[in-house]
Amino acid sequence: MAKKVLVLGEVRQGEIRNVSFEAIAAARQMADGGEVVGLLLGNHSDPLANEMIHYGADRVIVAQHTDLETYVPDAYSQAIMQVIKAENPYGFILGHTSIGKDISPRIAARLKSGLISDAISLEVNGDQVVFTRPIYSGKAFEKKVITDGIVFATIRPNNIPSLEKDESRFGEVTSLNVEIKDLRTIVKDVVHKATSGVDLSEAKIIVSGGRGVKSKDGFNLLQELADLLGGAVGASRGACDADYCDYSLQIGQTGKVVTPDLYIACGISGAIQHIAGMSNAKVIVAINKDPEANIFSIADYGIVGDLFEVIPLLIEEFKSVAVY
Amino acid sequence: MNIFVIMKRTFDTEEKIMISDGQVDESGAEFIINPYDEYAIEEAIVLREKHGGEVTVVTVGEDEAEKVLRTALAMGADKAVLINDEEIQDGDSFSTAAILAAFLKDKEADIILAGNVTVDGSSGQVGPRLAVELGIPAVTSITKLTIDGYQALIERDVEGDLETVEAQLPLLVTCQQGLNEPRYPSLPGIMKAKKKQIETFDLDDLDLEEDVKAKSKMLDIFLPPVKGAGRILEGELGQQAKELISLLKTEAKVM
Repeated sequence: MAKKVLVLGEVRQGEIRNVSFEAIAAARQMADGGEVVGLLLGNHSDPLANEMIHYGADRVIVAQHTDLETYVPDAYSQAIMQVIKAENPYGFILGHTSIGKDISPRIAARLKSGLISDAISLEVNGDQVVFTRPIYSGKAFEKKVITDGIVFATIRPNNIPSLEKDESRFGEVTSLNVEIKDLRTIVKDVVHKATSGVDLSEAKIIVSGGRGVKSKDGFNLLQELADLLGGAVGASRGACDADYCDYSLQIGQTGKVVTPDLYIACGISGAIQHIAGMSNAKVIVAINKDPEANIFSIADYGIVGDLFEVIPLLIEEFKSVAVY
Repeated sequence: MNIFVIMKRTFDTEEKIMISDGQVDESGAEFIINPYDEYAIEEAIVLREKHGGEVTVVTVGEDEAEKVLRTALAMGADKAVLINDEEIQDGDSFSTAAILAAFLKDKEADIILAGNVTVDGSSGQVGPRLAVELGIPAVTSITKLTIDGYQALIERDVEGDLETVEAQLPLLVTCQQGLNEPRYPSLPGIMKAKKKQIETFDLDDLDLEEDVKAKSKMLDIFLPPVKGAGRILEGELGQQAKELISLLKTEAKVM
Protein backbone atom coordinates (compact mmCIF):
# COMPACT_ATOMS: atom_id res chain seq x y z
CA MET A 1 0.00 0.00 0.00
CA ALA A 2 1.30 3.41 -0.92
CA LYS A 3 2.68 5.38 2.00
CA LYS A 4 4.12 8.77 2.77
CA VAL A 5 7.72 8.91 4.00
CA LEU A 6 9.49 12.04 5.20
CA VAL A 7 13.26 12.54 4.66
CA LEU A 8 15.40 15.19 6.33
CA GLY A 9 17.81 16.78 3.86
CA GLU A 10 20.95 17.74 5.70
CA VAL A 11 22.81 20.72 4.29
CA ARG A 12 26.50 21.18 4.94
CA GLN A 13 28.66 23.90 3.47
CA GLY A 14 25.86 24.84 1.11
CA GLU A 15 25.33 21.35 -0.24
CA ILE A 16 23.01 18.47 0.55
CA ARG A 17 24.96 15.60 2.06
CA ASN A 18 25.15 12.34 0.14
CA VAL A 19 23.61 10.45 3.02
CA SER A 20 20.41 12.46 2.55
CA PHE A 21 20.16 11.17 -1.03
CA GLU A 22 20.75 7.67 0.33
CA ALA A 23 17.92 8.33 2.80
CA ILE A 24 15.64 9.26 -0.12
CA ALA A 25 16.45 5.90 -1.75
CA ALA A 26 15.54 4.12 1.49
CA ALA A 27 12.33 6.14 1.76
CA ARG A 28 11.37 5.29 -1.84
CA GLN A 29 11.63 1.62 -0.96
CA MET A 30 9.48 2.09 2.15
CA ALA A 31 6.90 4.27 0.41
CA ASP A 32 5.95 1.33 -1.80
CA GLY A 33 4.71 3.48 -4.64
CA GLY A 34 3.66 6.25 -2.28
CA GLU A 35 5.09 9.69 -1.70
CA VAL A 36 8.56 10.73 -0.53
CA VAL A 37 8.57 14.19 1.02
CA GLY A 38 11.88 15.98 1.47
CA LEU A 39 12.34 18.37 4.36
CA LEU A 40 14.86 21.19 4.47
CA LEU A 41 15.27 23.31 7.58
CA GLY A 42 16.40 26.92 7.19
CA ASN A 43 16.33 29.51 4.49
CA HIS A 44 17.36 27.18 1.67
CA SER A 45 17.05 27.90 -2.01
CA ASP A 46 14.96 26.11 -4.61
CA PRO A 47 18.01 24.55 -6.34
CA LEU A 48 18.78 22.60 -3.16
CA ALA A 49 15.17 21.48 -2.82
CA ASN A 50 15.11 20.50 -6.49
CA GLU A 51 18.21 18.40 -5.98
CA MET A 52 16.29 16.29 -3.47
CA ILE A 53 13.61 15.84 -6.14
CA HIS A 54 16.22 14.87 -8.75
CA TYR A 55 17.38 12.15 -6.37
CA GLY A 56 13.88 10.74 -5.88
CA ALA A 57 11.78 12.97 -3.60
CA ASP A 58 8.30 13.83 -4.92
CA ARG A 59 8.04 17.20 -3.23
CA VAL A 60 10.00 19.25 -0.71
CA ILE A 61 8.99 21.34 2.27
CA VAL A 62 11.34 24.13 3.27
CA ALA A 63 10.67 25.00 6.90
CA GLN A 64 11.79 28.53 7.52
CA HIS A 65 12.79 30.40 10.63
CA THR A 66 15.85 32.48 11.51
CA ASP A 67 16.66 30.05 14.36
CA LEU A 68 17.16 27.22 11.85
CA GLU A 69 20.32 28.63 10.27
CA THR A 70 22.58 26.54 12.49
CA TYR A 71 21.75 23.27 14.19
CA VAL A 72 20.15 23.85 17.58
CA PRO A 73 18.32 20.80 18.98
CA ASP A 74 15.30 22.69 20.36
CA ALA A 75 14.80 24.64 17.12
CA TYR A 76 15.10 21.54 14.92
CA SER A 77 12.85 19.50 17.25
CA GLN A 78 10.09 22.10 17.19
CA ALA A 79 10.27 22.56 13.41
CA ILE A 80 10.30 18.81 12.70
CA MET A 81 7.41 18.18 15.12
CA GLN A 82 5.32 20.82 13.33
CA VAL A 83 6.01 19.23 9.96
CA ILE A 84 5.25 15.73 11.28
CA LYS A 85 2.00 17.00 12.74
CA ALA A 86 1.02 18.63 9.45
CA GLU A 87 2.06 15.73 7.21
CA ASN A 88 1.33 12.75 9.44
CA PRO A 89 3.85 10.52 7.64
CA TYR A 90 4.06 6.74 7.84
CA GLY A 91 7.84 6.91 8.14
CA PHE A 92 10.75 9.28 8.72
CA ILE A 93 14.32 8.63 7.55
CA LEU A 94 17.48 10.63 8.13
CA GLY A 95 21.23 10.07 8.02
CA HIS A 96 23.06 8.70 11.04
CA THR A 97 25.20 11.82 11.14
CA SER A 98 26.11 14.12 13.98
CA ILE A 99 22.77 15.92 13.55
CA GLY A 100 20.82 12.73 12.84
CA LYS A 101 22.13 11.02 15.98
CA ASP A 102 21.37 14.05 18.10
CA ILE A 103 17.90 14.95 16.83
CA SER A 104 16.31 11.54 16.14
CA PRO A 105 16.02 10.27 19.75
CA ARG A 106 14.55 13.63 20.80
CA ILE A 107 11.87 13.38 18.10
CA ALA A 108 11.25 9.71 18.93
CA ALA A 109 10.75 10.62 22.60
CA ARG A 110 8.30 13.39 21.70
CA LEU A 111 6.37 11.08 19.38
CA LYS A 112 6.59 8.19 21.90
CA SER A 113 7.82 6.21 18.94
CA GLY A 114 10.36 3.49 18.34
CA LEU A 115 13.55 4.43 16.50
CA ILE A 116 16.09 2.26 14.72
CA SER A 117 19.52 3.88 14.71
CA ASP A 118 22.33 3.35 12.26
CA ALA A 119 20.65 1.00 9.78
CA ILE A 120 22.75 -0.31 6.89
CA SER A 121 19.94 -1.87 4.84
CA LEU A 122 16.21 -2.38 4.80
CA GLU A 123 13.66 -4.69 3.23
CA VAL A 124 9.93 -4.34 2.97
CA ASN A 125 8.28 -7.53 4.12
CA GLY A 126 4.53 -7.30 3.82
CA ASP A 127 3.42 -4.69 6.32
CA GLN A 128 6.81 -4.54 8.02
CA VAL A 129 9.98 -2.66 7.21
CA VAL A 130 12.87 -4.75 8.46
CA PHE A 131 16.09 -2.84 9.11
CA THR A 132 19.52 -4.41 9.49
CA ARG A 133 21.94 -2.67 11.81
CA PRO A 134 25.37 -3.47 13.20
CA ILE A 135 25.70 -4.16 16.92
CA TYR A 136 28.84 -4.69 18.98
CA SER A 137 30.50 -2.32 16.50
CA GLY A 138 29.93 -4.59 13.55
CA LYS A 139 30.97 -7.81 15.30
CA ALA A 140 27.32 -8.85 14.81
CA PHE A 141 24.16 -7.62 13.07
CA GLU A 142 20.52 -7.52 14.07
CA LYS A 143 17.32 -7.29 12.07
CA LYS A 144 14.86 -4.99 13.72
CA VAL A 145 11.36 -3.61 13.23
CA ILE A 146 9.39 -0.78 14.79
CA THR A 147 6.41 -2.09 16.75
CA ASP A 148 4.93 1.21 17.94
CA GLY A 149 4.96 4.66 16.36
CA ILE A 150 6.12 5.81 12.93
CA VAL A 151 8.67 3.78 10.95
CA PHE A 152 11.59 5.87 12.06
CA ALA A 153 15.25 5.17 11.32
CA THR A 154 18.64 6.76 10.80
CA ILE A 155 20.82 5.22 8.10
CA ARG A 156 24.58 4.86 8.10
CA PRO A 157 26.34 6.77 5.31
CA ASN A 158 27.82 4.78 2.38
CA ASN A 159 25.60 1.70 2.75
CA ILE A 160 22.29 2.24 0.92
CA PRO A 161 23.01 3.34 -2.66
CA SER A 162 21.34 6.58 -3.69
CA LEU A 163 19.17 6.59 -6.82
CA GLU A 164 20.49 7.81 -10.13
CA LYS A 165 20.17 11.58 -10.38
CA ASP A 166 17.36 12.48 -12.78
CA GLU A 167 17.28 16.18 -13.60
CA SER A 168 14.05 15.83 -15.52
CA ARG A 169 12.15 14.98 -12.33
CA PHE A 170 9.87 17.74 -11.20
CA GLY A 171 8.05 18.37 -7.96
CA GLU A 172 6.47 20.99 -5.79
CA VAL A 173 8.60 23.02 -3.37
CA THR A 174 6.62 24.69 -0.58
CA SER A 175 7.84 26.88 2.21
CA LEU A 176 6.39 26.61 5.65
CA ASN A 177 6.83 29.17 8.37
CA VAL A 178 7.38 27.37 11.64
CA GLU A 179 7.13 28.66 15.18
CA ILE A 180 10.16 28.35 17.40
CA LYS A 181 10.51 29.50 20.98
CA ASP A 182 12.42 28.97 24.23
CA LEU A 183 15.77 27.73 22.97
CA ARG A 184 17.60 26.23 25.94
CA THR A 185 21.02 25.87 24.33
CA ILE A 186 22.99 28.48 22.41
CA VAL A 187 25.79 27.74 19.95
CA LYS A 188 28.56 30.23 20.72
CA ASP A 189 31.18 29.12 18.26
CA VAL A 190 32.17 26.42 15.75
CA VAL A 191 35.81 25.63 15.01
CA HIS A 192 36.45 23.56 11.91
CA LYS A 193 39.10 21.09 12.94
CA ALA A 194 38.69 18.44 10.28
CA THR A 195 41.91 18.34 8.29
CA SER A 196 40.43 17.82 4.86
CA GLY A 197 37.09 18.53 3.28
CA VAL A 198 36.13 14.85 3.19
CA ASP A 199 34.16 13.61 6.15
CA LEU A 200 35.42 10.34 7.62
CA SER A 201 32.00 8.73 7.91
CA GLU A 202 31.09 9.50 4.29
CA ALA A 203 34.54 9.00 2.72
CA LYS A 204 34.78 6.44 -0.08
CA ILE A 205 38.51 6.05 0.55
CA ILE A 206 40.21 6.14 3.95
CA VAL A 207 43.95 6.12 4.60
CA SER A 208 44.38 5.14 8.22
CA GLY A 209 47.43 5.14 10.48
CA GLY A 210 48.44 3.38 13.67
CA ARG A 211 51.34 3.54 16.08
CA GLY A 212 53.64 2.58 13.19
CA VAL A 213 53.14 6.08 11.75
CA LYS A 214 55.31 7.27 14.66
CA SER A 215 54.57 11.02 14.64
CA LYS A 216 52.33 13.91 13.60
CA ASP A 217 54.66 14.32 10.61
CA GLY A 218 53.98 10.74 9.65
CA PHE A 219 50.28 11.58 9.48
CA ASN A 220 51.07 14.37 7.01
CA LEU A 221 52.32 11.67 4.66
CA LEU A 222 49.01 9.80 5.07
CA GLN A 223 47.15 13.03 4.44
CA GLU A 224 49.07 13.54 1.22
CA LEU A 225 47.97 10.12 -0.04
CA ALA A 226 44.38 10.70 1.13
CA ASP A 227 44.21 14.10 -0.59
CA LEU A 228 45.54 12.58 -3.79
CA LEU A 229 42.77 9.96 -3.72
CA GLY A 230 40.03 12.34 -2.60
CA GLY A 231 39.78 10.43 0.67
CA ALA A 232 40.00 11.07 4.38
CA VAL A 233 42.56 10.19 7.06
CA GLY A 234 41.65 7.91 9.96
CA ALA A 235 43.60 6.46 12.86
CA SER A 236 43.77 3.66 15.38
CA ARG A 237 43.33 4.32 19.08
CA GLY A 238 47.07 3.76 19.59
CA ALA A 239 47.91 6.64 17.25
CA CYS A 240 45.41 8.94 18.99
CA ASP A 241 46.62 7.97 22.48
CA ALA A 242 50.18 8.75 21.35
CA ASP A 243 48.91 12.19 20.25
CA TYR A 244 49.94 11.73 16.61
CA CYS A 245 46.47 12.93 15.64
CA ASP A 246 43.13 14.10 17.02
CA TYR A 247 40.65 11.68 18.62
CA SER A 248 38.08 12.77 16.05
CA LEU A 249 39.99 10.58 13.58
CA GLN A 250 39.75 7.44 15.69
CA ILE A 251 38.21 4.39 14.03
CA GLY A 252 37.22 1.41 16.13
CA GLN A 253 34.90 0.10 18.78
CA THR A 254 35.31 3.39 20.60
CA GLY A 255 35.52 5.98 17.87
CA LYS A 256 33.94 5.89 14.44
CA VAL A 257 32.70 2.88 12.55
CA VAL A 258 33.30 3.33 8.84
CA THR A 259 32.39 1.52 5.62
CA PRO A 260 34.42 3.04 2.78
CA ASP A 261 35.00 1.34 -0.57
CA LEU A 262 38.73 1.27 0.14
CA TYR A 263 40.50 1.24 3.50
CA ILE A 264 44.30 1.51 3.51
CA ALA A 265 45.65 0.54 6.94
CA CYS A 266 49.20 1.83 7.48
CA GLY A 267 51.24 0.68 10.45
CA ILE A 268 48.13 -0.66 12.18
CA SER A 269 48.53 -3.97 14.01
CA GLY A 270 44.84 -4.85 13.84
CA ALA A 271 43.58 -5.06 17.42
CA ILE A 272 40.06 -6.49 17.64
CA GLN A 273 38.72 -3.07 18.72
CA HIS A 274 40.12 -1.41 15.61
CA ILE A 275 38.90 -4.15 13.29
CA ALA A 276 35.39 -3.72 14.73
CA GLY A 277 35.39 -0.21 13.29
CA MET A 278 36.46 -0.98 9.72
CA SER A 279 36.02 -4.66 8.89
CA ASN A 280 32.96 -3.93 6.73
CA ALA A 281 35.00 -1.80 4.33
CA LYS A 282 34.57 -3.22 0.83
CA VAL A 283 38.31 -3.56 0.14
CA ILE A 284 41.05 -3.50 2.78
CA VAL A 285 44.73 -2.90 2.06
CA ALA A 286 47.27 -3.43 4.84
CA ILE A 287 50.78 -2.02 4.90
CA ASN A 288 52.86 -3.19 7.85
CA LYS A 289 56.48 -4.08 8.61
CA ASP A 290 55.43 -7.06 10.70
CA PRO A 291 54.32 -9.97 8.50
CA GLU A 292 52.58 -11.50 11.55
CA ALA A 293 50.41 -8.41 12.19
CA ASN A 294 46.75 -9.38 12.69
CA ILE A 295 45.59 -6.77 10.17
CA PHE A 296 46.80 -9.06 7.34
CA SER A 297 44.24 -11.68 8.39
CA ILE A 298 41.37 -9.46 7.22
CA ALA A 299 43.15 -7.58 4.41
CA ASP A 300 42.33 -8.24 0.77
CA TYR A 301 45.78 -7.09 -0.24
CA GLY A 302 48.86 -6.81 1.93
CA ILE A 303 52.26 -5.25 1.52
CA VAL A 304 54.88 -6.26 4.06
CA GLY A 305 57.20 -3.30 4.31
CA ASP A 306 58.01 0.02 5.94
CA LEU A 307 55.12 2.41 5.37
CA PHE A 308 57.59 5.30 5.01
CA GLU A 309 58.98 3.54 1.94
CA VAL A 310 55.72 2.13 0.61
CA ILE A 311 53.48 5.21 0.82
CA PRO A 312 55.81 7.53 -1.14
CA LEU A 313 55.99 4.80 -3.80
CA LEU A 314 52.20 4.61 -3.87
CA ILE A 315 51.91 8.39 -4.10
CA GLU A 316 54.36 8.46 -7.00
CA GLU A 317 52.58 5.61 -8.74
CA PHE A 318 49.08 7.07 -8.25
CA LYS A 319 50.33 10.39 -9.63
CA SER A 320 51.79 8.72 -12.68
CA VAL A 321 48.67 6.72 -13.51
CA ALA A 322 46.47 9.68 -12.55
CA VAL A 323 43.48 7.62 -11.54
CA TYR A 324 41.95 10.70 -9.98
CA MET B 1 25.83 19.66 43.32
CA ASN B 2 23.46 16.74 42.85
CA ILE B 3 25.16 14.66 40.15
CA PHE B 4 23.80 11.51 38.50
CA VAL B 5 25.52 9.19 36.05
CA ILE B 6 23.58 6.67 33.99
CA MET B 7 25.72 3.74 32.99
CA LYS B 8 25.54 0.30 31.41
CA ARG B 9 27.34 -2.99 31.80
CA THR B 10 28.66 -4.10 28.41
CA PHE B 11 30.81 -6.81 26.87
CA ASP B 12 34.53 -6.24 27.17
CA THR B 13 35.69 -4.77 23.85
CA GLU B 14 38.25 -7.61 23.62
CA GLU B 15 35.47 -10.21 23.43
CA LYS B 16 34.61 -12.05 20.25
CA ILE B 17 30.87 -12.28 19.75
CA MET B 18 29.23 -15.68 19.48
CA ILE B 19 25.57 -16.43 18.94
CA SER B 20 23.53 -19.29 20.31
CA ASP B 21 19.74 -19.72 20.27
CA GLY B 22 19.25 -16.41 18.51
CA GLN B 23 21.06 -14.47 21.20
CA VAL B 24 24.55 -13.23 21.91
CA ASP B 25 26.24 -15.93 23.99
CA GLU B 26 27.26 -14.38 27.29
CA SER B 27 28.80 -17.47 28.87
CA GLY B 28 32.36 -16.94 29.97
CA ALA B 29 32.44 -13.38 28.63
CA GLU B 30 34.11 -10.55 30.54
CA PHE B 31 31.97 -7.51 31.26
CA ILE B 32 33.03 -3.92 31.77
CA ILE B 33 31.54 -0.48 32.28
CA ASN B 34 30.61 0.80 28.82
CA PRO B 35 33.81 2.73 27.88
CA TYR B 36 31.92 5.98 27.12
CA ASP B 37 30.19 5.76 30.52
CA GLU B 38 33.64 5.78 32.15
CA TYR B 39 34.13 9.30 30.80
CA ALA B 40 30.80 10.22 32.39
CA ILE B 41 31.80 8.77 35.77
CA GLU B 42 35.19 10.49 35.70
CA GLU B 43 33.64 13.84 34.78
CA ALA B 44 31.06 13.45 37.55
CA ILE B 45 33.80 12.88 40.13
CA VAL B 46 35.76 15.88 38.83
CA LEU B 47 32.61 18.03 39.13
CA ARG B 48 32.08 16.89 42.72
CA GLU B 49 35.73 17.60 43.57
CA LYS B 50 35.28 21.13 42.22
CA HIS B 51 31.76 21.98 43.32
CA GLY B 52 31.02 19.59 46.19
CA GLY B 53 27.90 17.45 46.39
CA GLU B 54 27.30 13.83 45.60
CA VAL B 55 27.69 11.42 42.68
CA THR B 56 25.08 8.70 42.22
CA VAL B 57 25.56 6.08 39.50
CA VAL B 58 22.42 4.42 38.15
CA THR B 59 22.02 1.42 35.90
CA VAL B 60 19.06 -0.45 34.48
CA GLY B 61 19.81 -4.13 34.15
CA GLU B 62 19.99 -7.43 35.92
CA ASP B 63 21.64 -8.39 39.21
CA GLU B 64 24.95 -9.07 37.43
CA ALA B 65 25.31 -5.32 36.92
CA GLU B 66 26.25 -4.98 40.61
CA LYS B 67 29.87 -5.69 39.79
CA VAL B 68 30.27 -2.75 37.43
CA LEU B 69 28.41 -0.48 39.85
CA ARG B 70 30.95 -1.56 42.47
CA THR B 71 33.73 -0.52 40.06
CA ALA B 72 32.11 2.92 39.67
CA LEU B 73 31.95 3.23 43.47
CA ALA B 74 35.63 2.27 43.65
CA MET B 75 36.45 5.02 41.14
CA GLY B 76 34.85 7.45 43.59
CA ALA B 77 31.07 7.56 43.13
CA ASP B 78 29.18 8.01 46.40
CA LYS B 79 26.06 5.97 45.77
CA ALA B 80 24.91 3.31 43.36
CA VAL B 81 21.44 2.34 42.21
CA LEU B 82 20.45 -0.80 40.34
CA ILE B 83 17.02 -0.86 38.74
CA ASN B 84 16.15 -4.42 37.89
CA ASP B 85 14.25 -4.62 34.61
CA GLU B 86 13.96 -8.41 34.42
CA GLU B 87 10.16 -8.18 34.22
CA ILE B 88 10.44 -6.34 30.92
CA GLN B 89 11.21 -8.86 28.26
CA ASP B 90 13.33 -7.36 25.49
CA GLY B 91 13.14 -3.72 26.50
CA ASP B 92 14.56 -1.16 24.08
CA SER B 93 15.95 2.38 24.39
CA PHE B 94 12.43 3.71 24.94
CA SER B 95 11.94 1.30 27.86
CA THR B 96 15.26 2.16 29.49
CA ALA B 97 14.68 5.92 29.15
CA ALA B 98 11.16 5.63 30.57
CA ILE B 99 12.40 3.60 33.55
CA LEU B 100 15.23 6.04 34.24
CA ALA B 101 12.83 8.98 33.93
CA ALA B 102 10.50 7.43 36.51
CA PHE B 103 13.42 7.04 38.90
CA LEU B 104 15.00 10.45 38.29
CA LYS B 105 11.94 12.71 38.03
CA ASP B 106 11.83 13.62 41.74
CA LYS B 107 15.58 13.47 42.41
CA GLU B 108 16.27 17.12 41.58
CA ALA B 109 19.43 16.33 39.67
CA ASP B 110 21.56 19.33 38.74
CA ILE B 111 23.33 17.39 36.06
CA ILE B 112 22.96 13.93 34.54
CA LEU B 113 25.93 12.46 32.69
CA ALA B 114 25.78 9.52 30.30
CA GLY B 115 28.01 7.88 27.73
CA ASN B 116 27.64 9.11 24.17
CA VAL B 117 26.80 5.61 22.97
CA THR B 118 27.15 2.03 24.20
CA VAL B 119 29.56 -0.35 22.52
CA ASP B 120 26.95 -3.14 22.40
CA GLY B 121 23.55 -1.86 21.23
CA SER B 122 25.04 1.46 20.04
CA SER B 123 21.72 3.24 19.57
CA GLY B 124 22.82 6.40 21.43
CA GLN B 125 19.14 7.04 22.19
CA VAL B 126 18.76 6.69 25.96
CA GLY B 127 20.44 9.96 27.00
CA PRO B 128 18.52 12.35 24.70
CA ARG B 129 15.25 10.42 25.21
CA LEU B 130 15.66 10.69 28.99
CA ALA B 131 16.25 14.45 28.77
CA VAL B 132 13.01 14.87 26.80
CA GLU B 133 11.12 12.75 29.36
CA LEU B 134 12.52 14.87 32.19
CA GLY B 135 11.96 18.15 30.34
CA ILE B 136 15.59 19.23 30.61
CA PRO B 137 18.00 20.22 27.81
CA ALA B 138 20.56 17.73 26.54
CA VAL B 139 23.93 18.31 24.92
CA THR B 140 25.43 15.24 23.24
CA SER B 141 28.96 14.13 22.45
CA ILE B 142 30.72 16.57 24.76
CA THR B 143 34.51 16.89 25.00
CA LYS B 144 34.76 19.69 27.58
CA LEU B 145 32.52 20.87 30.40
CA THR B 146 32.85 23.97 32.58
CA ILE B 147 30.19 24.85 35.13
CA ASP B 148 29.88 28.22 36.78
CA GLY B 149 26.83 28.57 39.03
CA TYR B 150 23.92 27.45 36.89
CA GLN B 151 25.73 28.19 33.65
CA ALA B 152 27.40 25.39 31.67
CA LEU B 153 29.91 26.04 28.89
CA ILE B 154 30.37 22.96 26.78
CA GLU B 155 32.53 21.88 23.87
CA ARG B 156 31.16 19.12 21.68
CA ASP B 157 32.54 16.99 18.88
CA VAL B 158 30.60 17.45 15.65
CA GLU B 159 32.15 15.02 13.18
CA GLY B 160 35.60 16.34 13.94
CA ASP B 161 34.58 20.00 14.26
CA LEU B 162 34.39 21.66 17.65
CA GLU B 163 31.18 23.39 18.69
CA THR B 164 30.91 25.54 21.81
CA VAL B 165 27.48 25.50 23.44
CA GLU B 166 26.03 27.39 26.38
CA ALA B 167 23.26 25.89 28.51
CA GLN B 168 21.72 26.14 31.96
CA LEU B 169 21.45 23.52 34.69
CA PRO B 170 19.61 21.21 35.18
CA LEU B 171 21.10 19.54 32.15
CA LEU B 172 21.89 16.16 30.65
CA VAL B 173 25.14 15.60 28.76
CA THR B 174 26.50 12.59 26.88
CA CYS B 175 30.25 12.10 27.05
CA GLN B 176 32.60 11.55 24.15
CA GLN B 177 36.18 10.37 24.04
CA GLY B 178 38.62 13.21 24.68
CA LEU B 179 36.58 14.62 27.58
CA ASN B 180 38.95 13.22 30.20
CA GLU B 181 41.15 10.30 31.14
CA PRO B 182 39.08 7.99 33.39
CA ARG B 183 40.90 7.06 36.60
CA TYR B 184 41.54 3.52 37.69
CA PRO B 185 39.95 2.49 40.98
CA SER B 186 42.52 2.94 43.78
CA LEU B 187 43.10 0.26 46.39
CA PRO B 188 41.56 2.36 49.19
CA GLY B 189 38.74 3.15 46.75
CA ILE B 190 38.12 -0.56 46.21
CA MET B 191 38.11 -1.21 49.98
CA LYS B 192 35.67 1.65 50.56
CA ALA B 193 33.44 0.52 47.70
CA LYS B 194 33.00 -2.87 49.35
CA LYS B 195 31.28 -1.20 52.27
CA LYS B 196 29.02 1.06 50.23
CA GLN B 197 25.40 -0.01 49.77
CA ILE B 198 23.94 -0.60 46.36
CA GLU B 199 20.30 0.42 46.39
CA THR B 200 18.14 -1.88 44.28
CA PHE B 201 14.69 -1.29 42.86
CA ASP B 202 12.20 -3.36 40.91
CA LEU B 203 9.92 -1.72 38.39
CA ASP B 204 7.07 -2.05 40.93
CA ASP B 205 8.99 0.27 43.27
CA LEU B 206 8.94 3.04 40.65
CA ASP B 207 6.08 5.34 39.87
CA LEU B 208 5.88 4.48 36.18
CA GLU B 209 3.51 6.78 34.35
CA GLU B 210 3.33 4.70 31.23
CA ASP B 211 3.77 1.25 29.83
CA VAL B 212 7.49 0.77 29.30
CA LYS B 213 7.07 -2.02 26.76
CA ALA B 214 9.55 -1.77 23.87
CA LYS B 215 8.59 0.10 20.72
CA SER B 216 10.95 -1.87 18.51
CA LYS B 217 11.70 -5.55 18.23
CA MET B 218 14.69 -7.63 17.24
CA LEU B 219 13.76 -10.37 14.75
CA ASP B 220 17.11 -11.93 14.11
CA ILE B 221 20.76 -11.66 15.01
CA PHE B 222 23.66 -12.94 12.93
CA LEU B 223 27.42 -12.73 12.51
CA PRO B 224 29.12 -11.06 9.55
CA PRO B 225 30.40 -13.43 6.87
CA VAL B 226 33.89 -14.70 7.61
CA LYS B 227 36.41 -13.05 5.35
CA GLY B 228 39.10 -15.25 3.86
CA ALA B 229 42.70 -14.13 4.15
CA GLY B 230 43.75 -11.94 1.25
CA ARG B 231 46.81 -11.82 -0.87
CA ILE B 232 50.22 -10.72 0.36
CA LEU B 233 52.08 -9.13 -2.53
CA GLU B 234 55.65 -10.10 -3.25
CA GLY B 235 58.72 -8.78 -4.99
CA GLU B 236 60.49 -5.45 -4.89
CA LEU B 237 58.48 -2.71 -3.11
CA GLY B 238 58.21 -0.46 -6.16
CA GLN B 239 56.81 -3.37 -8.11
CA GLN B 240 54.35 -4.16 -5.31
CA ALA B 241 53.08 -0.57 -5.35
CA LYS B 242 52.46 -0.86 -9.10
CA GLU B 243 50.76 -4.22 -8.69
CA LEU B 244 48.55 -2.97 -5.86
CA ILE B 245 47.24 -0.05 -7.89
CA SER B 246 46.58 -2.30 -10.84
CA LEU B 247 44.70 -4.79 -8.61
CA LEU B 248 42.62 -2.01 -7.04
CA LYS B 249 41.63 -0.86 -10.52
CA THR B 250 41.04 -4.11 -12.33
CA GLU B 251 40.29 -6.76 -9.71
CA ALA B 252 38.79 -4.92 -6.72
CA LYS B 253 37.37 -2.17 -8.97
CA VAL B 254 37.45 0.49 -6.28
CA MET B 255 39.12 3.08 -8.49
